[in-house]
Amino acid sequence: MERIPILKMGEFLLVTIQVDMHDRLVMTLQEDLTERIVKSRARGVLIDISALEIVDSFIGRMLANIAGMARLLDAETVLVGMQPAVAITLVELGLSLNGIRTALNVERGMDLLRSSADIGGQ
Amino acid sequence: MPTEASTLPEVLAKYESDLIDEWVRLQLAELSSSAHGLQERQIRDESRDFLNSLRHALETTNGRYISSPEFSRVRDNLEAICTSRLNQGFSPSEVATFVFSLKHPLFNRLRRELHNDMEMFGERTWEATMLIDKLGLYVTEVYQKERNQVIARQQQEMMELSTPVVQLWDGVLALPLIGTLDSARTQVVMQNLLEAIVQTGAEIAIIDITGVPTVDTLVAQHLLKTIAAARLMGADCIVSGIRPQIAQTIIHLGVDLTNVITKATLADAFAIALRRSGMAVVRARSNGATANSVEVV
Repeated sequence: MERIPILKMGEFLLVTIQVDMHDRLVMTLQEDLTERIVKSRARGVLIDISALEIVDSFIGRMLANIAGMARLLDAETVLVGMQPAVAITLVELGLSLNGIRTALNVERGMDLLRSSADIGGQ
Repeated sequence: MPTEASTLPEVLAKYESDLIDEWVRLQLAELSSSAHGLQERQIRDESRDFLNSLRHALETTNGRYISSPEFSRVRDNLEAICTSRLNQGFSPSEVATFVFSLKHPLFNRLRRELHNDMEMFGERTWEATMLIDKLGLYVTEVYQKERNQVIARQQQEMMELSTPVVQLWDGVLALPLIGTLDSARTQVVMQNLLEAIVQTGAEIAIIDITGVPTVDTLVAQHLLKTIAAARLMGADCIVSGIRPQIAQTIIHLGVDLTNVITKATLADAFAIALRRSGMAVVRARSNGATANSVEVV
């Protein structure tokens, strides 16, 4: 079955979505990711959606859900690399993803995760 | 006595130069008051071309449907004349005069040809009237269409002019909005801003609404959308240039801008943006040592 790989980088998990998302795939991702967060005791999750060109309301909601679940498991989610068209679509759909932190690219996303982990660790 | 020229194209062919002379004279008389600097030569050329194409069209079809393919040359001719006159600042009636002033000369020729056959004369006159009226209406339509195109083009230009995205500093963008924000413009603004964020890697965008005359709930909603979209791209927005009047309106309308950083002036917003990106503007010391915090790396 098709799966989105979840990479572990120190205390963070890295999810890079390289294919077009469909409903089953995002459901699987949600299950895999929550399990991995618990198993690896990750402090943060970075989701790179720079290759994602199409979103619908379901995918948008699932992204928000995943972030919410991760927060419950004490891992912060940063969504990076959103395309302008995707951002406009999500806003038009009324999904501003208020609970999720965002960054322009992976590098900045990692900075964001590290700085918040530093604050949280102290 | 049998009439030689009994149909419109025949009459047009028989009296061509004569007809053009009188027609051009009439046109010049009509236009003399406004004096748009149109040369007689030009009018004559245009009239001859038009009459030629009209005759060809009438030879192959009757003049009932000027939208038929046979009339395409006539229409092209008229459109060209219309466009050139519109560009010279003619009014619609002045443009339509070109066609309507043909009536009198043409009727005169018809009368001369058909004075023996009243029935035929009546019929031909009717045909000619219908035809010229239709052509006249067509001219007005073309005029209208040209005008609309001009308006659309200007709107487009205004849209492009009024939505610039400027880079104030490394990582700081400014979006000075001028004019009312409707949904079409919000789309353009949003797109421009998001593309600029990708290009420059900016983390802060300042939306300056000094030039926005009024903020109603719709404008505020559009503003919030733009801010949300920029946030999804990882950039924070600061709204600046809120005039006292606008601040009063926003609160009276109950628009919730509490989640948005707002500043009264662009300068304040810029100062916040610099501070957030870890920079400070410091006065250069008199001994020539400049504060390194202002220097961009």
